Amino acid sequence: MFTKRHLISTRDFSKDEIDFLLSRAEELEKFARGREQGWGWGEGEGEREGEEESDLLKGKILANLFYEPSTRTRLSFETAMKRLGGEVLNLYSTETSSVTKGENLADTIRTVSGYCDAIVLRHPREGASRMAASLASVPVINAGDGAGQHPTQTLLDLYTLKKEGLLENLRIALVGDLKYGRTVHSLAYALALYGATLFFVSPEALRMPEEVKMDLRAAGTAEAEAAGAAGAGAGAGAEVFETSDLSAVVKEVDVLYVTRIQKERFPDPAEYRKVAGAYRVTRGLLKENEDLVIMHPLPRVDEIDAAVDGTKNARYFKQAFYGVPVRMAVLSTLLGAGGERRREGEEKQGASKNARGNRRNSGVGEEAPRTLRERTADDRERECYEQHGKDAARF
Amino acid sequence: MKKELKVVPIKNGTVIDHISAGQALNVLRILEINAKNTRTSTRTSTRTGAAGGAVVSVLMNVRSKKMGRKDIVKVEDRELKSEEVDKIALIAPNAKINIIRDFEVVAKHKVFLPNSIEGIIKCANPNCISNAEQEPVVSRFVTVSGSRGGVQPRFRCFFCERLIEDVSGYL
Ligand SMILES: [Zn+2]
Repeated sequence: MFTKRHLISTRDFSKDEIDFLLSRAEELEKFARGREQGWGWGEGEGEREGEEESDLLKGKILANLFYEPSTRTRLSFETAMKRLGGEVLNLYSTETSSVTKGENLADTIRTVSGYCDAIVLRHPREGASRMAASLASVPVINAGDGAGQHPTQTLLDLYTLKKEGLLENLRIALVGDLKYGRTVHSLAYALALYGATLFFVSPEALRMPEEVKMDLRAAGTAEAEAAGAAGAGAGAGAEVFETSDLSAVVKEVDVLYVTRIQKERFPDPAEYRKVAGAYRVTRGLLKENEDLVIMHPLPRVDEIDAAVDGTKNARYFKQAFYGVPVRMAVLSTLLGAGGERRREGEEKQGASKNARGNRRNSGVGEEAPRTLRERTADDRERECYEQHGKDAARF
Repeated sequence: MKKELKVVPIKNGTVIDHISAGQALNVLRILEINAKNTRTSTRTSTRTGAAGGAVVSVLMNVRSKKMGRKDIVKVEDRELKSEEVDKIALIAPNAKINIIRDFEVVAKHKVFLPNSIEGIIKCANPNCISNAEQEPVVSRFVTVSGSRGGVQPRFRCFFCERLIEDVSGYL
């Protein structure tokens, strides 16, 4: 079922594959909870789920390769790996490392591949992870490529919604900078797979780009077709509304997904202050809809008033914590430890298991690197043949 | 057939007809036909991508009933294969390929956009990894929508996922 070797872009994944990762995260969450987290504390000693330990990824090494600072994402991967018994190498962009000594990314990836079992990459250029995936001998996880994709953020957003029981028939408003905010692009795409009703709330100048909206239609259609073909019936597809008026949608939605509006996007500081004020989430706003769930990818500046933090509506810190079980799910799946994938891997290996006997020989390591883009190309080809029939075999 | 090909007919080879007017030189560029690889005495060459030794003639701005104006490229003594020629659908979606043997058109084909195009289009996104000079990476585009029936072809960068509609500025 789970066919990916790398995690590069949300666009690579089907709803089934996302569901698989989310269930996996649910299974692993008990290992993600530290004693001090406060969640899941039972009355008796025995009910402290957070005390469970795992050695699922024992002997595995993760390389965190960060060409840009991103403490939150890096720490979250590190915690996920360590809570499953694995080890982490951190390679930052510092004066002394090859990262800034002029070695190109391609060489770094090929070298680092030899030192670890998986690579987490954050890079300022769009498409860097896609290139890395084509060169690496181990799974590559995109932790943000320029203004491009950040798929584990999307997964943890979806996981948060799932935990709240909101993922099906969701009505959600994406608020703030929808033009440049990369998290909202891939989140919108994923939500379209779930047939969500989307409200895009932003100032005129920061509207959701046309090509993203086009993609949403395609995602909805593809998923509806897949559901139809499988006889599942329920056709997904996103219904999209656009507005500049936040107060107009507050009563309409279950969730406000708030993002930061950056000052740099506005040449005129006065204009920025006006816009930022109009999209600020306050306790006053919550009075309009008491059940409203507030999410934010963090870090936040002042788009959510601190007074909201203590309300039952605020989910953003919990959301940040969910990054750990989600990244555990991603790491364990791509490293072939546990779950469906491992069973497949074990069957496949059988005879060769003792032959190599190294620690990497326990899962997906035997497969040729594969990304979903290739699958998409294959799909397209099939489609092309179907459409053109024997014309495809012209000449 | 012959009437449509106009001007001097060739004995053997390939005539690429119905090229969008003004795109003939881009067609040659995409087919990598240039002075460097147009060597002599390689008539039997089976190399792909270049018309080694071939005489190439280009007709530009020819009057056409269907298209108003069109360009034509003739490559003598060489039968271009579909996988070589399909790439020109990028800029000349209506192009027709005529294979000529002994002055007769023995086969006639349309061009089809390949699903994946490597190394021809330059990504429009300056921050795309495929535009990073220090990286050994060849641009790659996935065809998102085809050019059949005059539909605007659209391409998505394999790396940064940006869409390009009009590729003529990015060749
Ligand atoms: Zn690109």
